Amino acid sequence: MARKTMIEAIRDAMDVAMGLDERVVVFGEDVGFFGGVFRCTQGLQAKYGKSRCFDAPINESGIVGAAIGMAAYGMKPCVEIQFADYMFPAYDQLTQEASRIRYRSNGDFTCPIVVRMPTGGGIFGGQTHSQSPEALFTHVSGLKTVVPSNPSDAKGLLIAAIEDPDPVIFLEPKRLYNGPFDGHHDKPVTPWSKHDLGEVADGHYTVPLGKAVIRRPGNAVTVLAYGTMVYVAQAAAEETGVDAEIIDLRTLLPLDLDTIVESVKKTGRCVVVHEATLTSGFGAELMSLVQENCFYHLEAPVMRVAGWDTPYPHAQEWDYFPGPARVGRALIATMEA
Amino acid sequence: MAEAGKLRFHVPEPEVRPGGTPDFSNVPIPKAGSVPKPPIDVDPREIRDLAFSIIRVLDRAGEAVGPWADMLSDEELLEGLRHMMTLRAFDVRMQMAQRQGKTSFYMQHLGEEAVSCAFRKALDKGDMNFPTYRQAGLLIADDYPMVTMMNQIYSNEADPLKGRQLPIMYSSKEHGFFSISGNLATQYIQAVGWAMASAISGDTRIAAAWIGDGSTAESDFHSALVFASTYKAPVILNIVNNQWAISTFQGIARGGAGTFAARGLGFGIPALRVDGNDYLAVHAVAKWAAERARANLGPTLIEYVTYRAGAHSSSDDPSAYRPKAESEAWPLGDPVVRLKNHLIHRGVWSDERHAQAETEILETVIAAQKEAESHGTLHAGGKPSIRDMFEGLYAEMPPHLKRQRQQAGI
Repeated sequence: MARKTMIEAIRDAMDVAMGLDERVVVFGEDVGFFGGVFRCTQGLQAKYGKSRCFDAPINESGIVGAAIGMAAYGMKPCVEIQFADYMFPAYDQLTQEASRIRYRSNGDFTCPIVVRMPTGGGIFGGQTHSQSPEALFTHVSGLKTVVPSNPSDAKGLLIAAIEDPDPVIFLEPKRLYNGPFDGHHDKPVTPWSKHDLGEVADGHYTVPLGKAVIRRPGNAVTVLAYGTMVYVAQAAAEETGVDAEIIDLRTLLPLDLDTIVESVKKTGRCVVVHEATLTSGFGAELMSLVQENCFYHLEAPVMRVAGWDTPYPHAQEWDYFPGPARVGRALIATMEA
Repeated sequence: MAEAGKLRFHVPEPEVRPGGTPDFSNVPIPKAGSVPKPPIDVDPREIRDLAFSIIRVLDRAGEAVGPWADMLSDEELLEGLRHMMTLRAFDVRMQMAQRQGKTSFYMQHLGEEAVSCAFRKALDKGDMNFPTYRQAGLLIADDYPMVTMMNQIYSNEADPLKGRQLPIMYSSKEHGFFSISGNLATQYIQAVGWAMASAISGDTRIAAAWIGDGSTAESDFHSALVFASTYKAPVILNIVNNQWAISTFQGIARGGAGTFAARGLGFGIPALRVDGNDYLAVHAVAKWAAERARANLGPTLIEYVTYRAGAHSSSDDPSAYRPKAESEAWPLGDPVVRLKNHLIHRGVWSDERHAQAETEILETVIAAQKEAESHGTLHAGGKPSIRDMFEGLYAEMPPHLKRQRQQAGI
C-alpha cells in the first residue's frame, strides 16, 4: 500500500494486468519507448518488451481497428487515444464495430478491448484538449463507459475494464492526474500524496464496473457527478452548507441506477453536474431516469450544471468550467425551489 | 507549358454510359504467362512492374501457361470448378428468393466467383479472412453448410445470427470467416490487427483482408496499409477491383493512379495485380502471398482485376448507369467458362459432364433451400425470438437491458 498519483495508479493497473495475462497488450501514440505523453505507460515497454507495449502510427482509427482485430484473435488490447478530443477518427470503429461484434456474430467473435482516453478540461487545453465526449459513447449500445475520479478507483476500474469481456471506454480526467481539483484554480493544487484516495493497494484488485459510490453522505439533495466534478460538488456543498449527498457514478454505462434512486428518494432533490456541454449531454439521461423513477419523491425540479453549449474556449476557461460557485448556486436554488 | 488562366474542375467519367457501345480497348491485357514469378523474399522495389501488369495463367485456348501455372492437380481444379458453379447456383436461387419476398435483400457474386473460391484454397485451416459482403466463395470453398448460409439469409429460427444481421452478413470463426459489417473498409485494418496478434503470439497463422475498389477510398484502407507496413504483419491485403462501386466507376476511387495495386508501393508493400477471372492465377498469387506472410516476410497487396457482372445488390439496377452488354464485352471473360475450357483442354472434363454437373449442383442447392425454408423465411414460418434481440449484446445483460426486455413483454 502506497500513495500514488492517478498516473501511477493507471500505470500500475496495466503493469498488474500485463503481468497476470500475456494476452494483454498496450499500444498507442508515444505509448512505447517514451512511456506516453502523460507518463501513464512509462517503463512498460522496458519491462514487457516491444511485443507487449509499442508505439503506434498517428492514426486513431488504425489503433482501435487493429485492437479489434487483435481481440478477435483472442488478445486483450488496452490502447490509448492521446486525448479524448482525438477519438473521432476512431468513432466508426468504436461505435459500428467494437460495440456490435459480439451481437452481430452471436458471440462467434468478441471484442474485449479497453480504449483509454484522457478527458475533460480545466487545464487551459482549449478546444481540442478539453472535451468530455462521454455522451457520444453512452448513446452506443454495446459499449461500457467508465470515468474514475481518484487513483484507487482508477487502478481497480482499469483492471476490471481490461478483464471485462466487452469493449470499455476508459475516460481519464487529466485534470485529476496529479491531484484532486475542486475548481478553485486560484488556490494551490493538493497532490494525491495528501489525499486518502491516493492510497492505492498493491497487486491485483478490481473495482466492479456498474457500481457507484457515495462520496459525501447527505440528506438535503442528491448530486450526481463523475470525474473532476465530484470534487467541485464537494467544495460547493461545503461552501454553501447544503447537506448534499454526492454520488460518484464511476461507470456511466452500465449505470448504477439503484444507488441513484435510493438517494433521490431519500433527499427528494437532485442536481446533475458534468463538464460536458449541456444539450443532449449525459446529464439529460440522468435527469430522465430520476424523473421516471423518483417522480413522486421529488420536491423540486431536477437541475443541471454543465459546460455551456459552445466549443471549449481557451481564454475563458474559468467562465466555461462549471466551478464550485455555479454548482453552489444550483444547490441553493434547488433547496429554495 | 499550359497557360495560366481560369482553373477547371476535373471529374472522371467512365468511357461509356447506357446506350453506348461497351469499350474496354483502353484496358491493357498482357498475354497469359508473360509476367514473371519472383521469389517470395523479393525486394518490393524490384517488382514494381507487377503492380501495373496482370498475372494471367489461362490463355485464350484454355491452356495454363507461364511461371504461375502448374500448381493445382486435376482433382483440385475440378473441385474449384464445382465451388464456383455452386456459388453461382446459390446466387441465382437466393436472388430469386429475394424477388419472391422470402428475404429482404441479396448480393450476387456473378463474374467474381474465382476470386474468393480460389483464394480460400490457398489458405490453411486456422487462417482468418476479414471479408466484405462479396466473398461468400470463401465459405462455399471451405464446405460451410449452404443450409446455414440460407438460414442466415432468411433470418429464420435456425439463423446462427438469430435474425440480428442483414442477409449475407455471415460469420464463422470455425471457417476463418470474420463477422461481416455493413460499414465499408472497417475490417481491412482489423485484419491487420489480427495478423499482428498472430505475430505477437508467435503463431503460424495468417490473416487475409478484403476490400472492393470503391472502398479503397475509405480512410481505413490507408490505416491498414500503414499498420501492415510498419509492423510487417502477416496479412494478405486483397483488393477486388470489379470496376464498379454501385453506380460509381472505379476511376472515382482510383483517381490518377494507374492501378489499385500501385497503392501498395508507396507503403513499401509488394503489390501484385492478377486476372481475377482466372482461377489458376488467383490461386497461384494467393499462395505466393500466403507463403510470404508465413515466412514472416510481411504483407502483400493483391489487386484482382475482374468485373461485377451482376447488379450491385437486389436493390440496384445497373442499366441506369452502364451499358447493358458491358459484362459480355469484358476482356477477361467468365471465370466459370474459362476454368471449364481449361479442364476440357486438360482432358478431364467435357461439355456433357459440365451440363450434368450444373443439374446436379442445382439440385443440391434446391435441396438445401427446401431444408432452410422448413425453418422459415423472413415473413413466414419459424423466426428467431424477441428475446434474441436483447441477448448477446454484452457477455452479461446489464440492468437497463433487462428492464427494456421486460417492457417488450419478455
